[in-house]
Amino acid sequence: MNAPRHRFTALQRTLHWAMALGILAMLFIGVGMVSTFGPRYLTLVSIHKPLGLAILLLALVRLGVRLRDGAPPLPRAMPGPMKLAARLSHVAFYVLMIAMPLIGWAMLSAADYPVVVAGWHLPAIVAPDPTLHSRLWDAHRFLAFAFFALILLHLAAALFHALVRRDGVYEAMAPYPAEAPASSAALANQRARS
Amino acid sequence: MNERKTPPAGASPGRLLLIAAVVAGVAGAFAYAAGWFSPQRLTPAKVVDILAPPGGPVAGHRRNHAKGICFTGTFEANGAGAALSKAALFATGGHPVTGRFNLAVPTPTADDGTARVRGLSLRVRTADGQEWRTAMISAPFFPVATTQAFYDLQTASHAADPGAMKAFAAAHPEFRAFGAWAGSAPYTASYADTAFQSLNAFVFTNAQGQDAVVRWSFVPVATPVTVTAAELKARGADFLDKDIAERVAAAPQRWTLSVMVAGPGDPSADPSQAWPEDRRKLDVGTLVVERVEPEADGPCRDLNFDPTVLPTGMRTSDDPFPAARSAAYSVSFHRRAAEEQSYPRTAASGAKP
Repeated sequence: MNAPRHRFTALQRTLHWAMALGILAMLFIGVGMVSTFGPRYLTLVSIHKPLGLAILLLALVRLGVRLRDGAPPLPRAMPGPMKLAARLSHVAFYVLMIAMPLIGWAMLSAADYPVVVAGWHLPAIVAPDPTLHSRLWDAHRFLAFAFFALILLHLAAALFHALVRRDGVYEAMAPYPAEAPASSAALANQRARS
Repeated sequence: MNERKTPPAGASPGRLLLIAAVVAGVAGAFAYAAGWFSPQRLTPAKVVDILAPPGGPVAGHRRNHAKGICFTGTFEANGAGAALSKAALFATGGHPVTGRFNLAVPTPTADDGTARVRGLSLRVRTADGQEWRTAMISAPFFPVATTQAFYDLQTASHAADPGAMKAFAAAHPEFRAFGAWAGSAPYTASYADTAFQSLNAFVFTNAQGQDAVVRWSFVPVATPVTVTAAELKARGADFLDKDIAERVAAAPQRWTLSVMVAGPGDPSADPSQAWPEDRRKLDVGTLVVERVEPEADGPCRDLNFDPTVLPTGMRTSDDPFPAARSAAYSVSFHRRAAEEQSYPRTAASGAKP
């Protein structure tokens, strides 16, 4: 067995940062579109739907990659509750990344709207039902704010690791290709394998 | 572990402040996007709010055009529309329609005789799985030129101050034309002899890829019979619903879809200005209304006739209203969907006639 890796794989890091941009854009577009009465409304909706579908597909790929490649271990020095919070937040991210697009899709289906995404006609995933539509709409809205709150926490934690704890947790997912002073043999090993 | 030889770990006030600043910056940008720093922003929710009647909105019903009756039928395309749009609905043949006749009133119990503006909403489905949704009104042009003016009009008409409407009319010269129409245009005694206009401009694209900016009308085949406002009042609160149900039960009722192509310089972004009557017009098919059903159990009840649901070959133009209507209809639909229980269906209790 090789030494445990210190970083997420290049594929995992690429997925993480691409999706981070996509999800942030998605949340901004979401709150922006529901609060505009102008022509931009349709433009925003026309980005929101295909981007949501892309996030759903990428999230499924990412979940598969995560199950296959795993994650680097958290530092031994990290307090137990902090480790638990980190793991739970990752679960919450996967749940939200997959559930939010599905809720949006189901919400449109329940309202009997045709679900056309970037010119593609998607099937309805639930039968028309006004009460279900309104519950899904409420859930979509509530979870969007929860998602954004989670992202803020995640951002704060990442910066805390990067600037205060300096324990390598941030570097494990950092967007640059390799750690600048990468001196450890394990890291070289890891790069050679990937 | 990581062996980067950067500054030592530790929670210096500077670092914590930096983290707080980054998080606050992202949160602030989000709040800005959501409009929390701009209370003056016109939102779809505000527009739907202002449409409410004095006693508040009627739960379970549409927030505007609240009174209506459902129908089903067929759109029989004659093939001529293919010259303008490649949408399957214009290819010769019949396409199923779900629709709604309605009145531009905020309560479902309004007296039919009092409604100056009537509406017709349609959903036409084609075999390729696409849909065309449209919601039209009987006025020949829209009262106002901009979406902000529409909101201001609602605000003024709901204001306690009698001077509010005067001030609005003074600031919006286009509203005078609408006032003149509303005050003088004859009423008819039936949905079946009423013409309905899109008012909004859309872009049609044909198979050759040529665009045409268009508006359309559903023109009744029945000859309009005008009646006085006093006669209308004498007919009972629901005479329009009764009339259309009786007529359709006796024979299908028809409207011709007439598409008007904009001439050079015709205003497409301003539905308060009608285009000259001599523009190219194309009769592209016939709406045949075959069966009328009360709304409570009818197929139009839970449909949102969002005018931006368009098939390939039709798209929105620079007219700002369809986008605004889509945003507001979505809010109205969400609200009434949440109140579904307040508008009971009668079928379950066996009360359906």
